[in-house]
Amino acid sequence: MSATNWGYLSNYGVYTAMIFYTVAFVSHAIEFSFAIKSEPVLVGNGNLLEKNKTVFDFTSTRQSGRLGSVMMVLATASLFVGDVARGISAGRAPLGNMYEFSLSGGLAFSLAYLLGLYKFKMRWLGTPVSFSLLLILGTAITLLYRPSAPLVPALKSTWLVIHVTTAILSGGVFLLANCVAGLYLFLEKAERTVGRPKYLAQLPSIETLDQLCYRLVALVFPLWTFAIIAGAIWAESAWGHYWSWDPKETWALITWIAYAAYLHARATVGWKGRKAAWLCIFAGSTFLFNYVYINVWGTGRHTYSGL
Amino acid sequence: MRTALFLLLLLAIASVPGSLLPQRGENPVAVDNFILKHQFFGKLLDSLKFFDVFASVWFSAIYILLFISMIGCVIPRTFQHLKLVFKAPPDAPKFLDKMDAYSVIEGANHAESKELALKWFKSKRYRLKIAEQEISAEKGYLRESGNLLFHLSLIILLLGIAFGSLFSTNGEAILNIGDRFLNTPTSYDSISYGRLQSPAGLPPIALTIKDFHATYNPVNNAPSDYKLQVMAQNPFNAPGKPITIKVNSPLTYGATKIYLQANGYSPIVTVRDVNKKVIFSGPTIFLPQDANLTSSGAIKLPDANPQIGFAGTYVPTFSQRFGQAISSAYPESLDPRLLLGVWKGPLGLDSGIPQSVYKLDTSRMVRLGTVALKIGESYNYGFGTVTFNGYTQWVNLQIVHDPGKNLALLGALIALLGLIFSLLGRQRRIWIKFGEVIEIAGLAKTRVSDLEVEIKELLSRINP
Ligand code: HEM
Repeated sequence: MSATNWGYLSNYGVYTAMIFYTVAFVSHAIEFSFAIKSEPVLVGNGNLLEKNKTVFDFTSTRQSGRLGSVMMVLATASLFVGDVARGISAGRAPLGNMYEFSLSGGLAFSLAYLLGLYKFKMRWLGTPVSFSLLLILGTAITLLYRPSAPLVPALKSTWLVIHVTTAILSGGVFLLANCVAGLYLFLEKAERTVGRPKYLAQLPSIETLDQLCYRLVALVFPLWTFAIIAGAIWAESAWGHYWSWDPKETWALITWIAYAAYLHARATVGWKGRKAAWLCIFAGSTFLFNYVYINVWGTGRHTYSGL
Repeated sequence: MRTALFLLLLLAIASVPGSLLPQRGENPVAVDNFILKHQFFGKLLDSLKFFDVFASVWFSAIYILLFISMIGCVIPRTFQHLKLVFKAPPDAPKFLDKMDAYSVIEGANHAESKELALKWFKSKRYRLKIAEQEISAEKGYLRESGNLLFHLSLIILLLGIAFGSLFSTNGEAILNIGDRFLNTPTSYDSISYGRLQSPAGLPPIALTIKDFHATYNPVNNAPSDYKLQVMAQNPFNAPGKPITIKVNSPLTYGATKIYLQANGYSPIVTVRDVNKKVIFSGPTIFLPQDANLTSSGAIKLPDANPQIGFAGTYVPTFSQRFGQAISSAYPESLDPRLLLGVWKGPLGLDSGIPQSVYKLDTSRMVRLGTVALKIGESYNYGFGTVTFNGYTQWVNLQIVHDPGKNLALLGALIALLGLIFSLLGRQRRIWIKFGEVIEIAGLAKTRVSDLEVEIKELLSRINP
């Protein structure tokens, strides 16, 4: 197959993935929204009052949720094909510009979700995850798309591929941790005031979310550390200095320190719950800031966004 | 511990201006422009070292404090931990039912159960203290060991960085194909030394530039490969060794590495005076101005009479769109032209003001003419002739000596290892008491749920 044909295959893979994500989104949404039923219950110890109470009945909608999970798997597989084909068509790892970052980053995020689905039974996160992926891929094909082309010499390095792959994988998990932390804050506030919204009754307890967030960060922090080290090794071979305080590097370090602070806050100072969730979101935002701002508007030597 | 957290967050915040404001080390011109544009505010930021954040006193103060507080915490913890590792696990607490995952087995044979439990503990590599009536088991020291290793290795990393910067040299040299470079201070175009490094410390390396080849992608004109061939000698009088240097693979001699950083064209011209006597001949380095290597430079002849200067533009692949200036259409030299503006008058070289060698200061000069030459063509400007003989290529080598690199890398890798152990390890204790009934309970420093699973497994083993 020629490079152009691989390019077409890549585009089809991405479009197919978007269709699957859309179906997944709808299925997950249906699972929750149609499970809401109300039934009369008696309240008060005198059994005098009758009130409508919302209950969840998943017997009829569970199928829809399962369909959603199947769709997530298919979507991830399609995106995988799209991403790999893109790499083959360009003759290198698909990490050369913002479009390819978005594909690979989206793939990492999606894989992180599937891992969570398998290990932590996180189907409840399907709706926001499929929606975020639609947004990521939508932005990628409309705003960031670039025809594929080989890399300039400085970017031809195994260490660079390792660096960017691990960085993107970490980013996917950071994003997931941020979703969990955001959800935690939302539910925690709701439970403190008006009570947990009906359509979210199925989600795990906020304590579980709190723990999950910590575990995700603890899991991925060594990977992020490795990504930075790999980046430094590459910089040393390409630029002559393993660290040169380039804006992108500096922000990678800021993200690292912020997550180290998060781990400290939990492990040594004993932060939990709201404070910890905010710190997690702060750390995740430094990663997003680096990804978007420095790539698009920043100066420095990481100017490979292709924009 | 709150101090460490506070300092960590402070360090993160203190790095921010260093990435958003231009920095002197990276881009001094941008700093000057910024100060000019923002006047008072710019000067204020400058006096607070916001343009040298990572070398500033306040930034150093934060991380030094951080390290001091870390050392102060980690060293005592290391001793504590070592003691713990060599001591037997602690006796069972009095009330096991206050611990995590408390269970009771009734009516089992004690001796048999003890046997089975010990077998299970051993297969799981618990450290044990066995008494008549109880077993104490402990596992997961790796967590604290990893944690201490991580923090201590950060000190190694810092030492590597500090050592490297004190004893480093970093210099650049621009060389044409055919040039020979001797690693001595005068051969550099620019060089800087670490605080404790002296010029005498440069290793005796000699390089002869043999050939340079750049390959481009015809679809988007982007470079796809650079290859530099050199003949290397170390020491100066050793037999030469042919070596290829590429962008991601520098030439390495111990802690000294030689990188290929940039390249460009040097047009070769010959200048003759009115008597046909050659007054200049050879390549002149021109600097690339765009991605297609339209390059500009200057040739200055202070010894000609009158003084003559050429302001030149080298175009590797000639192209001229209607109504636009001449520029290059491709970075390779497919159809080269040399555009020259010829100027007569004082070059200003002896005025004492430093001048760029790539630019002609024409403020006090008179233009004699402009011309676009193909290879082999000459131009007579009245006071002599200039001939465009061809071109060669130059490369910019960066020569870095950093003896701390390996130490820093070692520190970083140990940190990674420690981190993995510390985040994945789980320290836990399990006690069994053989009284009227068999009591089992445990204590987990983290993740009680995992301990519960483990104790369940133990129970099923003892009491199937
Ligand atoms: C300033 C002095 C520091 C002190 C006093 C300190 C103290 C500690 C302590 C006591 C722990 C163990 C927590 C536990 O028992 O689980 C810990 C964990 C950790 N520290 Fe530090 N630390 C310091 C600096 C740093 C620095 C500079 C970093 C890197 C940015 C860092 C990163 C970590 C990480 C990643 C963990 C693992 C957290 C976990 O076990 O969940 N520490 N620190």
